[in-house]
Amino acid sequence: MADEQAVGAVGEPFEMDVEGGKIREFAKATLSSNAAYMAGEHPVSPPTFLTTTFFWEERAPGSNPWHLVHLDPKRGMHAEQEYVFHGPPPRAGTRLVCRSRIESVFHKDGRRGGKLTFAVMVTEFRDATTGMLVAEARMTGVETAKPPEGQP
Amino acid sequence: MTARWEELSPGATCPERQIGPLTRTDFVRYQGASGDMNPVHHDEVFARAAGYEAPLGVGMFHAGVMATWATDWLGPENVRRFKVRWKEPVWPGDVLTITGLVANRTEKDGERRVEVEIVCTRQTGGVAAQATAVFVVPRSS
Repeated sequence: MADEQAVGAVGEPFEMDVEGGKIREFAKATLSSNAAYMAGEHPVSPPTFLTTTFFWEERAPGSNPWHLVHLDPKRGMHAEQEYVFHGPPPRAGTRLVCRSRIESVFHKDGRRGGKLTFAVMVTEFRDATTGMLVAEARMTGVETAKPPEGQP
Repeated sequence: MTARWEELSPGATCPERQIGPLTRTDFVRYQGASGDMNPVHHDEVFARAAGYEAPLGVGMFHAGVMATWATDWLGPENVRRFKVRWKEPVWPGDVLTITGLVANRTEKDGERRVEVEIVCTRQTGGVAAQATAVFVVPRSS
């Protein structure tokens, strides 16, 4: 059962360097051969690249408040993911300061019965040099009333 | 070549992209790149113990391919929003088809924007994911 008291919890800020090699690897893994991701010293990053915070948040204890929501991992799924950019996506060579917060926890009745619990975490990405807001990520997780069906 | 404003009226589209049959290698390559190493997406024993018959597809992998399709059409520097919602699971062996069209376009304070709807469909006809993306369309294009 999700903990609604997690709403408002804020993680410790952490730094993330946008790197050219990582952009190239990520573009290849998402089946892109777009020259923009390969070109020059400062290629732009792909739309979902900021998910690579996985590599950076673990260096900063307390940076990810998601666990405070206590969604049951056996019944939890990634429901929705959004990225908003306040200009072109960050380029290689940019150092970002990232900070996550739990925005909401809410409930809905499922189409097939049972109650669904949703939780939303927002991560802000600011340019470490200018302090300008570069991007926001909004992750929505859902906990179903029973485990999802496992038939391929 | 990214699309020009004149070509981007509501309903405008670009060729679909088909990927697959998906392999465990596709999932593992994406997981290594993203840093999400959840074993349910590559460890057969773990996936079975969790109640699945095979490793579960990585939602962010096909979301990323949907984003690839959109940035090939409208330009990687031009994306301003990308939002994806997952509808049903994807499995190894699936063939996914990515399609999309311009839902809306606006011109405000001299800036031109298009909103695009993107769908990722499995070979069964089931919808794996839907996305909405917003791109600016530079004047020069």
